[in-house]
Amino acid sequence: MMRTAIVIGAAAFVLAACGEEPQTASGSKRDAALFQGTGKPFVTTGWKPGDRASWEQHLKTRTQRGQNDYTKVN
Amino acid sequence: MARMKFICDSERCIECNSCVTACKNEHEVPWGVNRRRVVTLNDGVPGERSISVACMHCSDAPCMAVCPVNCFYRTEEGVVLHDKDTCIGCGYCSYACPFGAPQFPASGSFGVRGKMDKCTFCAGGPEEHGSQAEFEKYGRNRLAEGKLPACAEMCSTKALLGGDGDTVADIFRNRVIKRGKGAEVWGWGTAYGSRQAGQPGGQKS
Repeated sequence: MMRTAIVIGAAAFVLAACGEEPQTASGSKRDAALFQGTGKPFVTTGWKPGDRASWEQHLKTRTQRGQNDYTKVN
Repeated sequence: MARMKFICDSERCIECNSCVTACKNEHEVPWGVNRRRVVTLNDGVPGERSISVACMHCSDAPCMAVCPVNCFYRTEEGVVLHDKDTCIGCGYCSYACPFGAPQFPASGSFGVRGKMDKCTFCAGGPEEHGSQAEFEKYGRNRLAEGKLPACAEMCSTKALLGGDGDTVADIFRNRVIKRGKGAEVWGWGTAYGSRQAGQPGGQKS
């Protein structure tokens, strides 16, 4: 029992540094959010500038359509 | 939340350099600066492999850690960008980067070195999105236009995948499984976990 606790404690200590860094905006600058769009006519249709969810969904759909050729041929 | 990543499939890359060309054209990158390039291992030997390399937008970016003027920042989508107005062109990021991503134009206000330039994941920079100032300093902001990086979208064999990390990982995983591979592929367990749907039974990562 004691040995198990020591092993678990040691594993927790050793693996503490293996956690993934949170992917939050960081650094010296704060850029405007990309989902805000550019306000220019080059913006693609199918999503609403300013709406994060629609922007993310649009990019996921675009990735699958443009880069996943298995969905086209199989 | 989207977390932008690149993956290059060495089984598919044919060293055509269309990703390099697309990048240079889209952002009007000057001569001598290559935000993206194709590296070939064992060139000319049967079984040679090529991969397209640029800034990998590291989760724990060493360039950010070593920059003495703190010019780097990370967007909410995980894209590592930098402010050229703050950069002093010292080159520390170049030494720190394991991919050789930072590039230094051979002209400009800092003489032979210049301010650092690198792949922006087609996400522009700290200037107003879509502005002329942003384009001149960092190139086009395709992500804010609802597009993906030009290199990945122009890749003729779809070797280079770019976009939300979960999505491109799913595409790549599906390919590997279709090839009859799975957990025996180096790094599979790290990327996908030891047991995945469709994985050959009895395999360990």
